[in-house]
Amino acid sequence: MPSADPRGPFTSAELARIRADFPILSRTVRDGQPLVYLDSGATSQKPSSVLQAERDWYERLNAAPHRGAHALSEEGTEAYESARETIASFIGARAHEVVFTKNATEAINLVAYAFSNAVAHGGGAHPEANEGVVDPGTFVLGPGDEVVVTEMEHHANLIPWQELCRRTGATLRWLEVTPEGRLDLSRLDEVVTARTKVLAFAHQSNVLGTVNPVAKLVARAREVGALTVLDACQSVPHLAVDVRELGVDFLAFSGHKMLGPMGIGALWGRAELLDAMPVFLTGGSMIETVTMEGATYAPVPQKFEAGVPNAAQAIGLAAACDYLNGLGMDRVAAHEHALTERLLAGLATRPWVRVVGPTDSTDRGGAVSFVVDGVHAHDVGQVLDAAGVAVRVGHHCAWPLHRKVRAAATTRASFAAYNTPEEVDALLAALDRVPQIFGLEVA
Amino acid sequence: MDLYQQLILDHSKRPVNAGLREPFDAEVHHVNPTCGDEITLRVHVSGEGDERSIEDISYDSMGCSISVASASILAEEVTGRPLDEALNTWAAMRAMLTSKGEDPGDEELIGDGVALSGVAKYPARVKCALLSWMAFTDALQRSGISIPASEEGTR
Repeated sequence: MPSADPRGPFTSAELARIRADFPILSRTVRDGQPLVYLDSGATSQKPSSVLQAERDWYERLNAAPHRGAHALSEEGTEAYESARETIASFIGARAHEVVFTKNATEAINLVAYAFSNAVAHGGGAHPEANEGVVDPGTFVLGPGDEVVVTEMEHHANLIPWQELCRRTGATLRWLEVTPEGRLDLSRLDEVVTARTKVLAFAHQSNVLGTVNPVAKLVARAREVGALTVLDACQSVPHLAVDVRELGVDFLAFSGHKMLGPMGIGALWGRAELLDAMPVFLTGGSMIETVTMEGATYAPVPQKFEAGVPNAAQAIGLAAACDYLNGLGMDRVAAHEHALTERLLAGLATRPWVRVVGPTDSTDRGGAVSFVVDGVHAHDVGQVLDAAGVAVRVGHHCAWPLHRKVRAAATTRASFAAYNTPEEVDALLAALDRVPQIFGLEVA
Repeated sequence: MDLYQQLILDHSKRPVNAGLREPFDAEVHHVNPTCGDEITLRVHVSGEGDERSIEDISYDSMGCSISVASASILAEEVTGRPLDEALNTWAAMRAMLTSKGEDPGDEELIGDGVALSGVAKYPARVKCALLSWMAFTDALQRSGISIPASEEGTR
């Protein structure tokens, strides 16, 4: 048995142990075929430890966190806040800078609404905000101001900004994507200017797999005084992410894409910004004092967590972070990198397949989208599904990007730590049925 | 794979009466937002009252083989037919496609449409097959033809 390279992909023995932790991976689909799950970019599977953590919450701790003073409430609050610490530490953050949301979509909307609420309030922060640290005008947007995104954004990091601009009169601009599937930085200084108030972009594209040059983008945003919002949905699950090293102002991710439960995600933000931001969702437990006329608000992160939270899911997500830490994020990244290279190499030998995104594996993650010219992605996906291979087909919530690359839809394989080289081969073998079924002439 | 019968592949490669033509009474554009399939469809109805018939269906369909084949079958089966027959064909197609595989389809009523019976077993693909037919009934309504509620599809 080959011994494990401490920085390399998982060995087959390690993979067997990892896969045994994921109950769903042993089920069969479509007439008894093994499930080949290559759709972790949409949502990942969950290890038993995550399922057990959620079950534990309901069996031993269930009470409304931050409400009441009985034993369960105290223990539940402790567990919920301890989950926050684990998740914060996973991304190199301090616990009070991590706001639980239901997913990244809600996290990005929270930031977008902070801006339009600042406009509605006529100047930013609520009365308790620590003025003097962050100018309350930071969040005020209006005509003449600009929000910049990229052409490769998931709808979750596009539509909240479109709507923010519509509400405030600000202008939406975007950085384009090159034919190779990289961000076109040649016009960076023309697009990100002194008018830019927000620069929002994906760490890794969910379609192209491209890992964007965060440092360059952050440097330009800082030059012009714009805030940066990083959609890290496709990076936090797949590589070691440290918010301090990235230098962004906000970062959003979803738990369900990183082996955690659905219904939990997080917004990380620099504490002084979160302090100065107007509230988003309002109601119970985000308050400090309330009268019939008005309210003052709790410190962060509570001021952004109205209502009884998804505590079981938060604890499940902490268990997912523990699980990933146990694997080692560097090894997860190395493993997925090896799978990506294997798939790209396999696709390169099939001239009837066109990869949409970088064909080399530099600065590239494990989301590999492709088209078979002459066959619609839905039909490709159906052939793969008939062989038990689960991939995503469609525009992957990135319709403008698909228009740009002139594909109505693509087929996307995406990896997680539990995928094997044999599963890449199973995908390629199933793909080889496509030309025959649809009568393509292939060399 | 039972889904991809030769008839479907033939229709998707050489769709019957494809293209947009004049004259027409209504034009609609429908999309399947989950995958981005699109169809622009025009309908031209001739005659009055009970004598109305589907003079022409012209369309531009961009999508998977199922959605293009279904549009082609629509054009083949419905063009030139009296309105009430066209609506019966739609009802029979819809019944088959939403039957989860129970209804094999009546070839007398839907012709080549029976080749799409396998689609009913794949819930994610039923919308692909329904797209052109939904566009067709929408276009009829926009040309002033009332379609009984029982024969309207779900959107």
